[in-house]
Amino acid sequence: MSGHSTYVPKSALGRWFESRLPIMGLIHGSFVVYPVPRNLNYFWTFGGILSFMLVCQIVTGVVLAMHYTAHVDYAFASVEYIMRDVNWGWVIRYTHANGASMFFIAVYLHMLRGLYYGSYKAPREVLWILGVIIYLLMMATGFMGYVLPWGQMSFWGATVITNLFSAIPLVGDAITTWLWGGYSVDNPTLNRFFSLHYLLPFMIAAVVALHVWALHVTGQNNPAGVEVKNVERDTLPFTPYATVKDGFALVCFLIFFSWFVFYSPNYLGHADNYIEANPLVTPAHIVPEWYYLPFYAILRAIPSKLGGVVAMFGAIVILAFLPWLDTSRVKSAAFRPLYKFFFWVFVAACLGLGYLGSQPPDGGYVIAARLLTLYYFGFFIIIMPLLGLFETPKPVPASIADAVLAKNNSHAQAHS
Amino acid sequence: MVQPKKILLSAALVLGLAGIADFAIAADAHAPAPERQSWSFAGPFGSFDQAQLQRGFKIYREVCANCHGLSKIAFRNLAEEGGPGFSEAQVKALAAEYKIKDGPNDQGEMFERAGRASDRFPSPFPNPETARASLGAVPPDMSLLAKARSYSRGFPLFLIDPIIQYQEHGVDYIYALLNGYSKKDDANWNDYFPGNKIGMPNPLADGQVEYTDGTPATVKQYAKDVSAFLMWAAEPKLETRKKTGFRVIAFLILLAGLTYFTKKKIWANVAH
Repeated sequence: MSGHSTYVPKSALGRWFESRLPIMGLIHGSFVVYPVPRNLNYFWTFGGILSFMLVCQIVTGVVLAMHYTAHVDYAFASVEYIMRDVNWGWVIRYTHANGASMFFIAVYLHMLRGLYYGSYKAPREVLWILGVIIYLLMMATGFMGYVLPWGQMSFWGATVITNLFSAIPLVGDAITTWLWGGYSVDNPTLNRFFSLHYLLPFMIAAVVALHVWALHVTGQNNPAGVEVKNVERDTLPFTPYATVKDGFALVCFLIFFSWFVFYSPNYLGHADNYIEANPLVTPAHIVPEWYYLPFYAILRAIPSKLGGVVAMFGAIVILAFLPWLDTSRVKSAAFRPLYKFFFWVFVAACLGLGYLGSQPPDGGYVIAARLLTLYYFGFFIIIMPLLGLFETPKPVPASIADAVLAKNNSHAQAHS
Repeated sequence: MVQPKKILLSAALVLGLAGIADFAIAADAHAPAPERQSWSFAGPFGSFDQAQLQRGFKIYREVCANCHGLSKIAFRNLAEEGGPGFSEAQVKALAAEYKIKDGPNDQGEMFERAGRASDRFPSPFPNPETARASLGAVPPDMSLLAKARSYSRGFPLFLIDPIIQYQEHGVDYIYALLNGYSKKDDANWNDYFPGNKIGMPNPLADGQVEYTDGTPATVKQYAKDVSAFLMWAAEPKLETRKKTGFRVIAFLILLAGLTYFTKKKIWANVAH
C-alpha cells in the first residue's frame, strides 16, 4: 500500500542526504503519494485531528510545566499563578484542560467510526489493538493530569480511583500503598503523577507512530468496507486530496474547541476543583471527568467491589478482542441492517451510562446502570458473535470504484 | 429525567425485558435552583461594569473582609485592565491602609509595614484553626468562590448551557444565597445552602453600606454588586478572554470558508 520509492530528490544535496537517511522519501511516501480510498467520509478525518490534539497537549503541557509546582502546598496556588500572572497563562491552561476533553471527543468518534465500519477486522487487527493501547494510555494520562491542579476533585478522584486497586485479592492493599508512595494520596502521589503525566504522552506518541505504521501497511478501511483492488481506480494520492479535506475538518474542529476555551472554559470541569484539596472534607458527590463516566457507571453498577473493578477494566480490555468477537464477513455497517441497529443502541447505552455515572448511585439509577452494563457487555459477547451467523447482509459492492459509481448514479437520479 | 428513561426503554426492548421502564427515579431532595440573573459580563461580548465592581469591592471591604480572605488578589490587580478600574494612585493609597507582615529583617525579626500595590490582600485570620476557634467554622477564601460554586441544571438544560454560553452558575448561586435568608427567627437558615444550615448568619442589611453614586442601598443591590466583584476576582482575565475568543473564532470561520472552497475545487474533478 505505501507508495514509497517514487521520490526523487531534485538537488544534489537532497540526493546526498537521501542515500544516507531516506527520511524525505519516507515522508513523501506516507503523506504525499500514499493512496487513500476515494470514498472516505468526514469520519476519517479524526486521525489527523487526534494527531493535532496530541501535539497541542504536549506543547501547552510543556509550557504549563514551566510554571507549575508539583507540591501539595503549592500546586493549587501555582495553577492560579498561571491563570493570573503568567502572560497568556489562562489561555494555555484553558487550552490544555479543554484540550483533554477535545482529545477524548475526537477519540470516541474515531473509535465509533471503527466500530461502525468494521475497521478492526482482518487485516487491521494489530492496528486496532494499538489503538486500544493508545486509548488506555490516554485514560491514564488524563486521570493523572486531572490530579495535578490539586483541587478537591483532583484529590478525591485520585483517592477513589487508586483505592480500586485495593480490591485485588491478597496484594491489593500493598499495591495501593505502593501507588500512593505512602498511606494516603499525598505529596509523593502528586509528584509521581506529575512525572508520569509528563512521560505518558511521549509513550502515546510512540504507539501512535506504530499505529500509523500499521495503517500504512494495510491501508485505510473505507465506508464500503471493501479492500483496495486497483490503486488507480479506487484511490487518490494523500496530497492534495486527503490533506485539504483533513485540513478543513481540523479547522472546523478548532472552532468547536475554541468555543469551549474562550466562551465556556469551565463547563467541562467541576466547580469543586476550584477549591483546594482538603483531605478532611469529602465533597458531596465525587465525580470523575466526563470521559470516564460510562466506566464509572459500570464500576458502581456491580454490587461487589472486586467485580466492579474487573467489569470496569474489562469494559476497555474487551475492545482488544473485537476482531475475533465479530464473526461477520462483511465489514461496513452500511450493509449490515441488524448490526446497524444494535450499534446505535450501543451508542445510546454508552451515553446513558455516561449520564448515570454523573448521578448518585442509588435507586433507579443503579438499576438502569445495571441494565445498560448488561447491554454493553452483551453487545460484544453475545450480539456480535451471533449476528455474523444469523444476519443476512446486503450485497457488498465489488470494489471501491463501484461503490463510488453506485453512489454517484443514485445522486444523479435523485437530481434528474 | 426524560432521556435516561428513553434510553432505558430501548435497552429494555433489546434485552426483551418489558415493564422496567416505569420504575421511579428517586427525586433529588435538592435546594431550589437559583434564579438566573442578568449580568453585564455574560455572553460572548460580556464585560464588567466598572462602577459595579467598585461598589462590590466596597462591600467586600466593609462586610466580607471581616471573615473572608481574598488571598489570590493583589492590590495592583484593582488597577489592571478589565477590572474595577481604580487608578494607580488610588491603589497605592488603598494598599498603604493595610498592615502587611514582612521579614525577617537583618535582626532576624518579623515586622509590620504599610502595604504596597504588589502585596496580596492579607487574610483576616492567620490560619484556618484561628478562624474555626473564633467563628466555629472556616469562612472560605473568596478569590475563587464564583468559580468554585455551582448548581445542577439537570437534564437537558446542562446540554444547552455551552450553546447559550450560560456559565454564571456560581454568581447566580452566590446572589441567591445572599438573598436566601428567609427565616426571620433563624439567622443561619438559608434557602439555597445545601442542607439549609449555613455557618454565616445573614451578612447584609438594607442601608448597611453607603453608596455614593445614587445606586439603591438595598440587600438585593449589594448582593448583585458583590457577586459581580467575586466573578472578577475569580476570573480577572474574563474580558480579555472573550475579546480574544471573538477574534480567534472569526479568524477560524474565515479560514474554514477558504479551506472549504479549496477542498471543493481540488475534489471537483474526481469521483468520490
